[in-house]
Order: sequence, then structure tokens, then C-alpha cells
Amino acid sequence: MKTRSSYSILNSIAITLFTSNCKGVVKMPRNELIDLARKATLIRKHIIEETFCAASGHPGGSLSCTDILTALYFREMRVNPANPSWKDRDRFVLSKGHCAPALYATLAEKGFFPAEDLTGFRSIDSYLEGHPNMTYVPGVDMSTGSLGQGISAAVGMAMAGKMDEKDYRVYAILGDGELEEGQVWEALMCAAHYKLDNLMAFLDHNGLQIDGKITDVMSPEPVADKFRAFGWKVILIDGHDYGQILGAIAEAKSGSGQPVMAVCSTVKGKGVSFMEHQAGWHGTAPNKEQRDQAHAELDAFLKAMEDEDNG
Amino acid sequence: MADKIATREAYGAALAEFGADPNLVVLDADLSKSTKTDTFKKKYPERFFNIGIAEGNMMSVAAGIASCGKTVFASTFAIFAALRACEQIRNSICYPKLNVKIGATHAGISVGEDGASHQAVEDVGVMRSIPNMTVLSPSDGPSTRLAVKAAIEHQGPVYLRLGRLAVPVIYNDAMLKDFSLGKGILLRDGKDLTIAATGLMVHEAIKAADMLAAEGVSARVLDFHTLKPIDRDLIIQAARETGRIVTAEEHNMYGGLGSAVAEILAENYPVPVRMVAIRDQFGKSGKPDRLIERYKLTAQSIVDNARMLLAAGRD
Ligand SMILES: Cc1ncc(C[n+]2csc(CCOP(=O)(O)OP(=O)(O)O)c2C)c(N)n1
Ligand SMILES: [Mg+2]
Repeated sequence: MKTRSSYSILNSIAITLFTSNCKGVVKMPRNELIDLARKATLIRKHIIEETFCAASGHPGGSLSCTDILTALYFREMRVNPANPSWKDRDRFVLSKGHCAPALYATLAEKGFFPAEDLTGFRSIDSYLEGHPNMTYVPGVDMSTGSLGQGISAAVGMAMAGKMDEKDYRVYAILGDGELEEGQVWEALMCAAHYKLDNLMAFLDHNGLQIDGKITDVMSPEPVADKFRAFGWKVILIDGHDYGQILGAIAEAKSGSGQPVMAVCSTVKGKGVSFMEHQAGWHGTAPNKEQRDQAHAELDAFLKAMEDEDNG
Repeated sequence: MADKIATREAYGAALAEFGADPNLVVLDADLSKSTKTDTFKKKYPERFFNIGIAEGNMMSVAAGIASCGKTVFASTFAIFAALRACEQIRNSICYPKLNVKIGATHAGISVGEDGASHQAVEDVGVMRSIPNMTVLSPSDGPSTRLAVKAAIEHQGPVYLRLGRLAVPVIYNDAMLKDFSLGKGILLRDGKDLTIAATGLMVHEAIKAADMLAAEGVSARVLDFHTLKPIDRDLIIQAARETGRIVTAEEHNMYGGLGSAVAEILAENYPVPVRMVAIRDQFGKSGKPDRLIERYKLTAQSIVDNARMLLAAGRD
């Protein structure tokens, strides 16, 4: 019985959509996996609250990259919330800057600033700008929002790391619609040319952009082949499976002389039933009822994990 | 005949001169031979990176490198820096106020034969209107050297407007001892009118002042090597003491030095102004000196405009 219920939770964390080519899926003790899932759920609740309070913002893409952010900040990245500008820290660039709600929530959960501040998101008296701002927000390593530029900045950070012979690593998350920006490919070319194996990017491959399916608007497919042709090592994973995300990170750290792209199969709106797979939730905030329903779903998930922990 | 050196040449030499600083990084976009960053590259190859023909990427990469504590010079032609990569400069560099210095060479019509596609006539207007940006436009070799030094010392983005054409040396070391970012230079005092110039028009302004002196007109000459923040006090003082100002620049009449001077005067001390500038046109191919004549960016044109102001004053 116990095992079955565990699997049902795992299934709602990760819907494996294809076979990963990741070499080693990280196997975590069940309690650690649940800790991560709980963190991600809290972050998802913040995303709902931030966009609800602001009555604007981008919940869909924020929810789709939440598990990647959770794995990075709570299992991998060398950062110190008490010293956000620590020179030797790992860097993170949210190239798809519109998903600031997810980044801010992650940073708040990590302790960079109080979670209470999140409700000020996008308001005139808050430092939490609509898109990530490195000047005002502790923990934000690069100001982004204009698609295509963040990945170039991440390339610059990785170049600086190589120049200084530092061992910090640079991570970035790209949107799949963002791939339509030519600058992304300039940046990818540059990263491969300078053999930036201290750089790892995650493609949030949720298949949707503002106007609909990426394949209808302006297809960037086949993305994995293109990344390989641009000199990147490609790892295909499920972007909601912590074991696979961490496995890809571990593989990327082996330093092959190439930058690494984790093509993450994801669900836009992940975790909130009525937002999943809906382009309409790209840049629409939930109203009161929708927000309450989203919280109810996420709370039920938290409760199930708690029961399992106790059980 | 005074020595001549292009400001891009002085820029490359200055990068090499100040390049011992291990914190200095130089990027280029496949134009290092023309922008003269190759002078730095030869001396410090480990801190020079060719980003290829990808100016937008170069600006954002520069921002990323600068975010790790370095001072980054990113060079290409003014047209591809200020115009092609404008939004990257705005969002990746200026908004987070990163320490990136844009070495924009081949500004203006004096580019010559390459023609209008390669002649930035609007770059100052575009760069000047971005918050956090500082805009420098030195007039000769020695002042370019100090502009590069000032750009390195300044914390934050700088747009350095440089030319392709060899231009006369105006300054010696003594004349530049008070060189300071944001402060114009009084090159010649005068009481009847002021000629406010920048870039290669400073030399024309001096010639014009000589021509006017021969007619008994005393013209003050000011070099605005910093277009932003512009030296407000110097402009207001000139307006108060000389009553009329001719501006002179190798840039469109919109958005450049003429606009900057007029903005200060309109709010503080309105006096008549005439602008010697490109009259809202694109450039074209030709020998630089012929183009300068054609677009009326000459000492004679400054004199003509000064006469118009003086005549109006007598009515
Ligand atoms: C340069 C630029 N152009 C347009 C936009 C407006 N915009 C914001 S999000 C978005 C769609 C992004 O889609 P995708 O990258 O797939 O993001 P995700 O699905 O992960 O939210 C667009 C066009 C922008 N922010 N930047
Ligand atoms: Mg998408």
C-alpha cells in the first residue's frame, strides 16, 4: 500500500513524457525527494500569490520552470543568501525573464529576502520589478526580460570564470519560444567556440509561447539537433523529475570541454490543473476564485506529502 | 601643419597603454583591425575576445563579464553598436549600470567611401537618451587618450564616439591637465559669441574663430568632449557672457550637441542658437573631405552661422 501511494505522488511530481538519455538519474532517499517536492509546491503557491496580488504577471512559464529552479537552488548551487554578491558563487540567469515570479519565490524560500515581500511583486513601492532586476533584488545575478539577452550574459559570466580560473558554474534557463530570437544562437555559437564547459543551460521546453504552440508560431524544432549542431552537448530530461534534473547537472559537471544544454520536457502551468498546457495562462493572473482553487490543489498536494512523511 | 591622428588610433593605443590592469577585458566583433583594438590584442591576447559578427550578443556578453567585476570595452563601428545593438546596450548594460565601455569607431560621415550604411549620424541622440549612459566624443588623439582613461575610472556604462579619419592634434599635455569627464574645455575666450563644438568639429571651430577674429569678431571656443552629462554651467556662462551660440558637430541636428545645448538654454537662459550639423539626412559615399564640404561641416559654415546670429542681434 505504502509503495503504491508513494508512486502516486511521484507520478504527480513527474510525468515522464519520453525516455531520457541522461546517463545517471540521481536516486534520492524518498524523504529528500519529498522535501524538494514540498519546496517546489511552496514556490508554486508563491507564484500564484504574486501574480494574483499584482493582478498581472506570468504564471504559466513560471510554473513550468519551478522544478528546475528548485533542484538548482536547493540541491546544487553554491550560493550564500547572507552574501548575495559573493565572488565565488555559482551564477544563475533567468533568460526567460518574464518568469520572475518563480525566481523571486525561489530566492525568498532560499532566504535571500523575506517571503512576505513577494506580495509586493510589480507594485510601485516594491523592489520586486516585473522582470528580474540585479540592482535591487538580492540574489538576482542579471537583469533580464528582453528575451535572448540573458543567455549571452550567462556566456559572459562563464568567460569571466574561465579568465579568472574560478570554479564557479553558470546556469541559465531559456524559454522555447525565446529560441526564435537570433541572439540566442549567437550566444550558443560563442559558448561552444570558447569551450565554456562551466556553463549549463536548461531549455524549458513547454511547447507554448504567447500566441500558441511554438510549432505553429515559428518552429525552432528540432531543437536538440540544432543545439548539437551549434556545438553543445545535449541531455534530454523530464523537467519535472528531480532525479533527472540532478543527473543532468552531475553529468554536465564532468567538464567535457563543451557547454551543456538540458532539453527539459515540461508542462506550462505545471501543478495547477486548469493552467496546465494552456497558452492562455502565459501572461494572465488568476482572479480570486482561480487563485483559491490553485491554492486548494497545491495544499492538497502538500497534505498528501505530509501524510506520506508521517505515514 | 599639425600632426594628425585618428581618434580610433589613439583609442587602440590607449587601450594598450592602460591594458596592464588585469581587470580590463576587450571584445570586438570582427573589426579589430579597423577599431584598433588589435593593438590591445597583440599585447594582451588572453584578455581579448573576438565575438564574431554578432554585435547584440557582444553587448550582452560584455554585461555578463562586467557583472563578475571586470571593466569591459566592447568595440565595433558606431552604427552597429548604437543602432544594431541599441536594445542590448539599453537593457543588458545601462539598466543594470554595468561597467561596459562601448568603443564606437567610424562615427559620422567622415567614414567616407563605405557610405551611408556605415555612417552613424544619429548615434549620439540614441545613446544620450538612455538613462545611466555617459557619452564621450573627443576631438583629437591626446584628448581621446584621456577620455579612455576617464572611461576606465568611471563606474558605469560609457559610449565613446570615435572617428576613422586622421584629424589634427589640438592639445598638448599642459592644455589637458584639467581634463575631467563632464567638464567642457575653454579653448579660446571671446565675448561676441560662443562656438560650442565636439569631435572633429572642434578643429573647425578654432579655424572659424580665427576667421571671425580677422573680421573683428571675438568668438569663444568650447570643446564638449563629454556630451552627457553635458557641462551645464559652462553653457549657461557662455550664454550669459556672449549672448549667442553656434554649435558644431558631425551628427544629425536632432539629438546631438546642438540639442543638448538647446535643452540647457531653454530651461535656464534662452539665447539664440544656430546649429552646424547634418540637416536630417543620411550620409553617402565619397572622400571624407569632400563629404565634409558637401554636408557643410566646415569652419566656413560656422562663420556663416555666426554672422547670421550677429546680424540678427543688430536688428
Ligand atoms: C525581445 C522580446 N520580445 C518579446 C517579448 C515579449 N514576450 C514575453 S514572454 C514571450 C513568449 C516567451 O515564450 P517562451 O520563451 O516559450 O516562454 P515560456 O513558455 O517559458 O513562458 C514574449 C514574446 C520579450 N519579453 N522580449
Ligand atoms: Mg514556452
